[in-house]
Amino acid sequence: MDFLNAIVALANYVLIPGITYGSQLAIGALGVTLVYGILRFSNFAHGDTMAFGTMITILATWWLQSMGVSLGPLPTALLALPIGILGCIVLVLVIDRSVYRFYREQKAKPVILVIVSMGVMFVMNGIIRFIIGPDDQSFSDGPRFIISARDFKTMTGLDEGLGIRTTQVITVVTAIIVVALLFWFLNKTRSGKSMRAYSDNEDLALLSGINPERVVMLTWIIVAALATIAGTLYGLDKSFKPFTYFQLLLPIFASAVVGGIGSPLGAIAGGFVIAFSEVTITYAWKKVLVYLMPDSLEPSGLVQLMSTDYKFAVSFVILLIVLLFKPTGLFKGQSI
Amino acid sequence: MKKMLMATTAAALVATGAYADSNSKEIKLGVLLGFTGPIESLAGPMASGAELAMAEVSASGKLLDGSTVTPVRADTGCIDNGLATSSGERLIADGISGLIGAACSGVTGAVLQNVAVPNGMVMISPSATSPGLTTMEDNGLFFRTSPSDAREGEVMAEVLMERGVKSIAMTYTNNDFGKGLSDAISSSFKALGGEVTIVAAHEDGKADYSAEVGALASAGGDILVVAGYLDQGGAGIIKAALDAGAWDVFGLPNGMVGPSLPVAIGPDLNGSYGQLPGAQGKGIEDFGVMAKEAGFDGGASYVAESYDAAALFMLAMQAAGSTDPSVYGAKVMDIANAPGEKIYPGELAKALELLAAGTDIDYVGASAVELIGPGESAGSYRLIEIIDGEVATVGYK
Repeated sequence: MDFLNAIVALANYVLIPGITYGSQLAIGALGVTLVYGILRFSNFAHGDTMAFGTMITILATWWLQSMGVSLGPLPTALLALPIGILGCIVLVLVIDRSVYRFYREQKAKPVILVIVSMGVMFVMNGIIRFIIGPDDQSFSDGPRFIISARDFKTMTGLDEGLGIRTTQVITVVTAIIVVALLFWFLNKTRSGKSMRAYSDNEDLALLSGINPERVVMLTWIIVAALATIAGTLYGLDKSFKPFTYFQLLLPIFASAVVGGIGSPLGAIAGGFVIAFSEVTITYAWKKVLVYLMPDSLEPSGLVQLMSTDYKFAVSFVILLIVLLFKPTGLFKGQSI
Repeated sequence: MKKMLMATTAAALVATGAYADSNSKEIKLGVLLGFTGPIESLAGPMASGAELAMAEVSASGKLLDGSTVTPVRADTGCIDNGLATSSGERLIADGISGLIGAACSGVTGAVLQNVAVPNGMVMISPSATSPGLTTMEDNGLFFRTSPSDAREGEVMAEVLMERGVKSIAMTYTNNDFGKGLSDAISSSFKALGGEVTIVAAHEDGKADYSAEVGALASAGGDILVVAGYLDQGGAGIIKAALDAGAWDVFGLPNGMVGPSLPVAIGPDLNGSYGQLPGAQGKGIEDFGVMAKEAGFDGGASYVAESYDAAALFMLAMQAAGSTDPSVYGAKVMDIANAPGEKIYPGELAKALELLAAGTDIDYVGASAVELIGPGESAGSYRLIEIIDGEVATVGYK
């Protein structure tokens, strides 16, 4: 019984939040890694691309809600997601045409493109605040829980509750579908193969007749879709606030770099590594240990490695360690 | 801002105009509040409250042989010590006889040390609640009509004990207000024999508080006390704690009590309880009516305390027969506390007459003034509980 309680407490406070957060980071990191692999720069505007796509989704959600449309038990935002993706695609393509293409034709160095993307980031920051404002927006509807902690306790008779939110399940399921689709696209379709060829060797790809502008456009479309999906899932699960999305940039980059930037598989692994290190290092293990240890060994302190204030520091430190000792990341991406 | 500028200009014009034709019978009181900055929405009604008392006294013509009282407004910016100090000095140069303010705790300390003490000016703050001001060196010049947060800590600890709570987990918003309040609550609760399992800070404005709640839940405790802001991280913590099933009942000190909280959280908040400064009885009811006639909300935060701060100045002057701060300052505690005839809002004329006749008074005012220790309000608190999604008053302390 104690063992079961320990498992449930661990699942409730560490495993489920970790898996959800990890999925959100993984989809975000996939976008960063694709831009890096194919367009060859670190896109600092990615957090705000996520915020922009999410904002369009939220506006569409409100419009659908006002029309009385709903998805039954699922959040209306899922129905609005395609509109958000379309809006985001239009924005990134416009930005690519008006800003990035100029630098691409100049064959600008990656570091210049990085600075350019920071400029784009600030502009998008402003646009988002103009349209939806800097405040918290809540846009999830439908039932909040699949199992609430209280119901779980009465159902099983355990001391510990296990709450599973609808949005957490949606996040994980969507993440699996998106990743499967992406890998199928990159490995099996002609366009996906041309993208990978362009990423591996630009000159050879050009010689074999691949149209670079088409590859770039495809990349931006996929990146916009990934960003919007990641942002919407994060917003549904937590809440939408432009500044939070800007802050997400750090763990997302950390995920991409830890996994090996440029490697899609690495981005997913990195997302989970970062999410679980953030959650486990700042978690107070007392509750779990009290159930597992014999009475004489029960800890009196909180058994917390680091206060939760240091959550962001954890991703920083992991990022530093990886860059120092294994610059290509876990999955042999490109070195930075 | 524009309105405030016009109001200050108008006040200044009136002040100079009145000064010209009534020479020595003109008494000026400084109203030094945070008209701009984080509490700008509170400062306007607070100043109106103070000016209502001055108008009442001026109209009676009974203060020191028919003197009139004029307010002079100045801004502190609430968090700008430099601005607050220079505004305070300007008021001294304007020839004020007393200083109502400041509103925020930080600038109040700065004005006290840099302006009031060097110039021997008496200050009565209607809203500075920091416990640090209790022990600050003030030469007997500083009073406040609001209670210290230390007092709220005692009240909350008593309430928790009465409800049979043995251990609490505590989280606070990471600033001076949150830290001071959580220190006060946890030390009082420990003194009464309770256990505080964890005191952890949270940052406002984050999307996700599940890690914070994880740590708090691991430490355990009968209830979770959230010393935060209701529209900010405080609500986020409560939401995350309910989602994880960590707690069902929450302790809500001032800063967390307001109608927007039950709306944001939903029915799960029912049964949570807390308190905020607030008096009951004849004083506040009478004041509410007077304020309504004058065109502002007497029930807004610290408005009653502002009226009382202004009234205390004028009554102390009458009792001492002088507008010299070094003379009347010693009288403030006498008139605020028993023994004597009880004085309620709207009875300032009667109080002035009694004082002129040499009778002792006990000023009760709008916020049930009772000054203790080094001259701060003993503080009455309104105990609340969330019942059916509404903030309901369940008692007073």
